[in-house]
Amino acid sequence: MAVKDYIRQRFFPHIWCPGCGHGIVLNALLRAIDQLGMSKNEIVMVSGIGCSSRISGYVDFHTLHTLHGRALAFATGVKMSMPELNVIVPMGDGDALAIGGNHFIHAARRNIAMTAIIMNNRIYGMTGGQYSPLSGYGTRATTAPYLNIDHDFDIAEMAMAAGASFVARTTTYHVRQMADILKEAILHEGFSVVEILSQCPTYFGRKNKMGSAADMMEMFKKNTTPIGSEAKKENPDLIERGIFVQKDVPEYCSEYDKLIENAMKGQ
Amino acid sequence: MERCRLVFSGSGGQGIITAAVILAEAAVLHEDLIAVQSQAYGPEARGGASRSDVIIADSEIRFPKVTQPNVLVCLTQEAYNKFYSIIRPGGLLLTDTRYVRTWDKVDARQREVPMFQTVMDRIGNPVVLNILMLGVLIRLTEIVRPESIMKVLETRIPPDFLEMNRKALYLGTELGSSFIS
Amino acid sequence: MSKNVKFIQGNEVCVEAALYAGLDFFAGYPITPSTEIAEHMSLRLPQTGGKFLQMEDEIASICAIVGASLTGHKVMTATSGPGFSLMQEGLGYAIMTEIPCVIVNVQRGGPSTGLPTGPSQGDVYQARWGVHGDHAIIALTASNHQDIFSITVDAFNMAETYRTPVILLFDEVVGHMRERLVVPEPEEIPLVERLRTSVKAGVDYHPYLPREDGRLPMSDFGGVHRYNVTGLFHDMWGFPSNNSGVTHGLLRHLVDKIKNNVEVITRFKEYYLEDAECILISYGSSARSALHVMENRRSRGDRIGLLELQSLWPFPYELVRKKCANAKHIVVVEMNMGQVIRAVKRAVDHPDRVVLANRIDGFFINPTDIKNILRLIQGKGV
Repeated sequence: MAVKDYIRQRFFPHIWCPGCGHGIVLNALLRAIDQLGMSKNEIVMVSGIGCSSRISGYVDFHTLHTLHGRALAFATGVKMSMPELNVIVPMGDGDALAIGGNHFIHAARRNIAMTAIIMNNRIYGMTGGQYSPLSGYGTRATTAPYLNIDHDFDIAEMAMAAGASFVARTTTYHVRQMADILKEAILHEGFSVVEILSQCPTYFGRKNKMGSAADMMEMFKKNTTPIGSEAKKENPDLIERGIFVQKDVPEYCSEYDKLIENAMKGQ
Repeated sequence: MERCRLVFSGSGGQGIITAAVILAEAAVLHEDLIAVQSQAYGPEARGGASRSDVIIADSEIRFPKVTQPNVLVCLTQEAYNKFYSIIRPGGLLLTDTRYVRTWDKVDARQREVPMFQTVMDRIGNPVVLNILMLGVLIRLTEIVRPESIMKVLETRIPPDFLEMNRKALYLGTELGSSFIS
Repeated sequence: MSKNVKFIQGNEVCVEAALYAGLDFFAGYPITPSTEIAEHMSLRLPQTGGKFLQMEDEIASICAIVGASLTGHKVMTATSGPGFSLMQEGLGYAIMTEIPCVIVNVQRGGPSTGLPTGPSQGDVYQARWGVHGDHAIIALTASNHQDIFSITVDAFNMAETYRTPVILLFDEVVGHMRERLVVPEPEEIPLVERLRTSVKAGVDYHPYLPREDGRLPMSDFGGVHRYNVTGLFHDMWGFPSNNSGVTHGLLRHLVDKIKNNVEVITRFKEYYLEDAECILISYGSSARSALHVMENRRSRGDRIGLLELQSLWPFPYELVRKKCANAKHIVVVEMNMGQVIRAVKRAVDHPDRVVLANRIDGFFINPTDIKNILRLIQGKGV
């Protein structure tokens, strides 16, 4: 099918700014789903609040646009109550990791089969450019007029520490890699985390004098490198792209099915 | 029947609340009586003062708490000191000789029974002190039959421990017989 | 004795009733004095093929049940004051998105951490207005195990009928006490099942376009109709909208579907109201003490009656007004600083005849507390 067969054209135009990276994520995600040959009826997309969360309204799946930070909690209920569904949870960096940080680490710990996509643009875009937990030390935002003194953290490292059994990172520049990683993540039998560096030219880019959307994407190209590359050894500041973890860990819904079997035997 | 209002008191971990539940459950499920059981909670799971109220009657019970018990069981000195004054004049006050020193001024039928000593001498495991106490209590009050207590125990106690509980219960009824006045 | 007789805690009764009503998904977080609901659920649900989830907090718990309701399941969560505060966000979401679910609040003393093990009925207005924004809500309560059972089943039925969250406001006393429950036979209490759309695949399904009768048939996630659910004001497709007509219409619908059915939703019990000069109004465990006092006084010839409310929201203003029309004294018995009494005063023709008998020290209100107020009314002094 063409990508447009997966979208609700009735609800376009979308709300994203010109140059926003989120549309690129939407495109790559739909390509991944198309290549996997999945039925639209078996996909549930659950999102929270923010620019990123609006992605769920535009796709022709079962879509649940929830509360700020709570997407994974709602998604856990959907998945647990109907494990045969494929649950995809696109989130923003503030959505997933500030207000939703607790839900994020616990979803990872349970290893429930869902695909968490974190569209990391390092800013709260919808409310107008406030710093997020991923903005980083020394950046500017509308709530950091004197430069940000908050440190960021590494999403991939945190996801691994919390027990996610699939962890990957890519950028909006690397669209083919993005689609490939998303396919792997969706197929993975466990909790998958895909961090996608995405540009917000309107707020993060403008506040931090990073130029146009294209300039920001150029930076994703320049500042990242495949996992374990020679370049990383020479320049440790480079951000690694690729799949960090992909391992078999007992999946929560399957484990629960066994639990039910045991409980029913005892009857 | 006379409405029977009981207060069980002691220290957390003595099985006070369990005993209260078993008695009330026996009354409801096996004697066709009406009963309500409630308890006061503290934050401690072990130690601390624990109290459970039971009302047994043959008509509906509205207010579920006991303000003036006609049967009071105290398995620690602390519980005795705290609660002796609430007993109805002439009520039955059951204490254990090992744990409680009673006072003469209390207007109640005080029965100081060597329950702990008996359970240690004859069974050697203090865990069934509460069941032995129930045996003594039902012998003195005749509020429910021992068979009804046994029926409840059969649904609650793992099979391996049932015999020990049965023994404790009937040791209690036997012990209670010598304290009927 | 029938095996349908049980001697269990009120919290366990709530679980058995929920299972009877068809519950098959529960998510919760431990908190006194509601914890036995989660414990008993974790034991019982898997035995029936249902699922119990212990989430990372109360916020996640209510979100998870809303997600599970969308796949077509009957769902519930249970908590107490502090957790109920955390659930307000998710509760508002369920109201806005019209997703059936049941939320139990076994009340304890508050505010804040308050009295975890002490009884209170201080969350009556939180149940009504804890959620931000205009909305309507259903909140039910009960004073004994048999009623806890039937009102819990009612809660599930109303959640399906009106596509709304329903709050069960119990309290520490009824939650923890044990008394007899006769479990009703299957089908003894009618159950309302999920109303699903009859619209076929390929035909437009409008998830948020009410039928003529006001009801909104659902379509399970995973089914043939793919639609959007959002906490934003939304149109008949479930798509975000700030169109003034859409916004106005949705809010009116959310409020009216409950407000216009007050009489159908109202649950109460009455004792000797016909000739009562003095009417006690109470609910939850407090009603047990009120009933004790009423029976006691009646046996002495006093013309006293009791109106026990089992639905607090929507408040049955008209019922209370009618029942109290001839009373000289109305005494509201509750364990708070005066919550239901506010609604009673709004309801009756003579608010000056309404007084409060309350208790707020973490101990169960007892008959003496009520008798003291009656003596004061009669000019006898305490």
